[in-house]
Amino acid sequence: MARTGPKKPGLRVLVWLGVIIAALTAVLAGGTVAGQASWSPKLALDLEGGTQMILAPKVEGGSDINEEQLNQAVAIIRQRVDGSGVAEAEISTQSGRNVVVSLPGTPSTATRDLIQASADMNFRPVLLNGAGAAVPEESRAPEDQLPKPTAAPANSSDINWITPEIYREFEALDCDNASAEKAERSDPTKPLVTCEPATDTSPAIKYILGPVEVKGSNIVTSSFQLQQGAQGAVTNDWAVNIQFNEEGTAKFKEVTERLNQFYVAAGGESGNDPKAQFAIVLDDQVISAPRSLAVITDGRPQITGGFTEQTAKALSDQLRFGALPISFEIQSEQQISATLGGEQLRMGLLAGLIGLLLVVVYSLFQYRALGFVTIASLVVAGVLTYLAIAILGWTENYRLSLAGVAGIIVAIGQTADSFIVYFERIRDELREGRGLVSAVENGWKRAKRTVLASKAVNLLAALVLYFVAVGNVRGFAFTLGLTAIADLIVVFMFTHPTLQLLARTRFFGEGHRFSGLDPKRLGAVPLYRGAGRVRTPEDRPANVRAKNAGAAAEAERRMTIAERRLAEKQEQLAGSSKTAAKENK
Amino acid sequence: MSGFANFGNELYTGKRSYEFVGSKKIWFLIALVGVALSIIIPVAKGGFNLGIEFRGGSEFTVSNVKTTDATVGEKAVTDVVAGSVPRVANVAGTTMRIQTDKLTDDETLRIKEGLHTAYGVTENEVTSTFVGPTWGADVTKQALIGLVVFVLLAAVLMALYFRTWKMSVSALAGMLVTMFITAGVYALSDFEVTPSAIIGFLTVLSYSLYDTVVVFDKIRENTAEIDSSTRRTFAEEVNLAVNQTLVRSINTMMVAILPVGAILFIGAGLLGAGTLRDLSLALFVGILIGTAATIFVAAPMYAWLRQNEPDLVKQARRVEQRRSNTAERSASAEPAQA
Repeated sequence: MARTGPKKPGLRVLVWLGVIIAALTAVLAGGTVAGQASWSPKLALDLEGGTQMILAPKVEGGSDINEEQLNQAVAIIRQRVDGSGVAEAEISTQSGRNVVVSLPGTPSTATRDLIQASADMNFRPVLLNGAGAAVPEESRAPEDQLPKPTAAPANSSDINWITPEIYREFEALDCDNASAEKAERSDPTKPLVTCEPATDTSPAIKYILGPVEVKGSNIVTSSFQLQQGAQGAVTNDWAVNIQFNEEGTAKFKEVTERLNQFYVAAGGESGNDPKAQFAIVLDDQVISAPRSLAVITDGRPQITGGFTEQTAKALSDQLRFGALPISFEIQSEQQISATLGGEQLRMGLLAGLIGLLLVVVYSLFQYRALGFVTIASLVVAGVLTYLAIAILGWTENYRLSLAGVAGIIVAIGQTADSFIVYFERIRDELREGRGLVSAVENGWKRAKRTVLASKAVNLLAALVLYFVAVGNVRGFAFTLGLTAIADLIVVFMFTHPTLQLLARTRFFGEGHRFSGLDPKRLGAVPLYRGAGRVRTPEDRPANVRAKNAGAAAEAERRMTIAERRLAEKQEQLAGSSKTAAKENK
Repeated sequence: MSGFANFGNELYTGKRSYEFVGSKKIWFLIALVGVALSIIIPVAKGGFNLGIEFRGGSEFTVSNVKTTDATVGEKAVTDVVAGSVPRVANVAGTTMRIQTDKLTDDETLRIKEGLHTAYGVTENEVTSTFVGPTWGADVTKQALIGLVVFVLLAAVLMALYFRTWKMSVSALAGMLVTMFITAGVYALSDFEVTPSAIIGFLTVLSYSLYDTVVVFDKIRENTAEIDSSTRRTFAEEVNLAVNQTLVRSINTMMVAILPVGAILFIGAGLLGAGTLRDLSLALFVGILIGTAATIFVAAPMYAWLRQNEPDLVKQARRVEQRRSNTAERSASAEPAQA
């Protein structure tokens, strides 16, 4: 606030606040015009209804799902849904067999795909690869030139896995025109002929893969980042990191030891032996088949090469969310109505309105004209919160549940507390006899610390719960953080600058009895009350003494010369010792 | 109003003072009794009344009922499964929701039959489902982890900001008292524990620490240079700080509780069971107790934790010394002035 000019301090900050609000409004308006955002906040499942999907989990090998696996299925779906925003989905089990997912509104194709995305992921070594198209009948290998196994395969990379049947299947496979999904899962102990679908940057490739070496369930987590160069500098290439568990680490080490030999034998970077590649297979389709450039002993391989930020994130998500041997099949998908009637929302809003009205009455009663500053601040906080909710509904799929609405109403109290702390500090300063302008500045200096420290607690709660918790708690944390930030913006950029301006008006500056800052009502005793009239120790406000030693010493210095003389005289009269006088300071 | 302004002035100057620190034994005793009761009540009642969101079970929905009498539905269930404790609630108008523990198919059919005759609706208006918990063990686990991490980080944050771990301990003690008593009152109300109620508890948790930080900041300010002051002992400074922020505490509590009270009144009074009632009850109780716990538990506990520090004991002795000196002096000064 020191930046502002001496004439109208606070005005510039207020202008900046106006700019922020205008910018947010413009963003929202832009989104609305583009047809993606809307002026009204999005509502959650309990208020708007949505889509209910019943998913039947399928376990590898076709056995029945047990309770533990069902709970695992619920957890993985919750993780996927939470990963796609803060929509507060409802996930539960039905009849001990199915998972019921209720999502607010109509879920986007991306969300639907993410939920039903299968999770049958594993790592297989590549035996052979080729262009995606089917080999034309006339150029296929003649019968006598087909590869024939000469011995039982020694390991997963052994080309003895390729039988004539498998080779024929490989030749006939057409990855450019992918066929419908296969009904059955492949056998993890047998080789697999499959495709890597074409992407924007690369054509389709087909593979013959060896048996499964490492299972997806051995992945602990996965992330993506910009790759680090040799000197540790960040390059522009994206990389995906995987972290295996103990079992996965051991197996992956074994695999990379073998595959790396092929890589080195084929001539390193320039070599072209497909057996140096391992394929990441999701749902029997290859999602990536990197070469093994090194032996990975710590279970933390990094996949690089040709990623964009999006493809890196997609692969990382697939690795992370796909790390369970359960896949899902959608049994039914239907619209469900709101679980709470519109009546609940109307009543909730009515209650909020009544509550706000009571707050207004109480503020005016307590703080008189200053109460209007509280009300105006709450209105600004309301506008900011509304804009944030509408914009986040668009970008983060943030939806308001009834609990969220109640949470925002409750936040009124904590928002108003910032003003109350501030106003009380100003009153304290006035009680000590300061003029309003300096009382506002001094009060702000002290209130600022308190407000920041206490809001830090709220923000900490919001951050921790948002990142750690799942489901409803996450939605709550989001609302808590949102209101705390709106509150900070308002008290710094609206309440304080407004008071700075008001302190210079006659109504407030001269302490009109309805201003809420009337020094007389606050029992203030001026430091100096005209020539010859000084405060006696008795009517010096006791609060000066109540301060800490530093403040008391300052107050002591602020005594007028006449006061000090009087005090000295009294002390002499009292015949008190010098030490006692010192101690008084 | 004038009375209240005067009240604030007197609290500020110390002319009027409440013994928050001095009478700490009484407050601690009350807090302990409250916490003990809050533990005994849910235990005596056989645990919390957990909602279907936590336990799962069978749920019947009866639409367009002629009567919203809960006992009708309870009887329909107990006739079939003797000794069971069905929970019947009226949901928004003419729909009844009956939840029970897990049932067999036969029991389900018989209860359906009983409900459709008891409520005088057609057979199609009674539907039943078997539902698992929407708030499963995984949600609870993550929420608890989050909670523990938050509380630990908040303790570290406060210890760093206030430069003493004793404030963190006191603040957490106040928070615990708040949590226990809020949970106890909630158990006493016999309202169902729903996710909304849990959200309410979490809000209370954060409010409780928030409120304590505001008051502690004033205490920090008042006691910053206690070593070089002989005006008041440490405990007296703490007490003065609490008194000086009392007006703020009352105003903040009022402003926070007015909207919550409105929601509670409308939620419980007009709507019956549901999100609004559960959430607002937890908040209403939590804000009241949280504000009180800061004043009566956290602040006195801080004074108590520090009063035996050697420096502060010395300081208290100096204050005593100065006071007796002053008393002597004013006694001897009297005749000279006269």
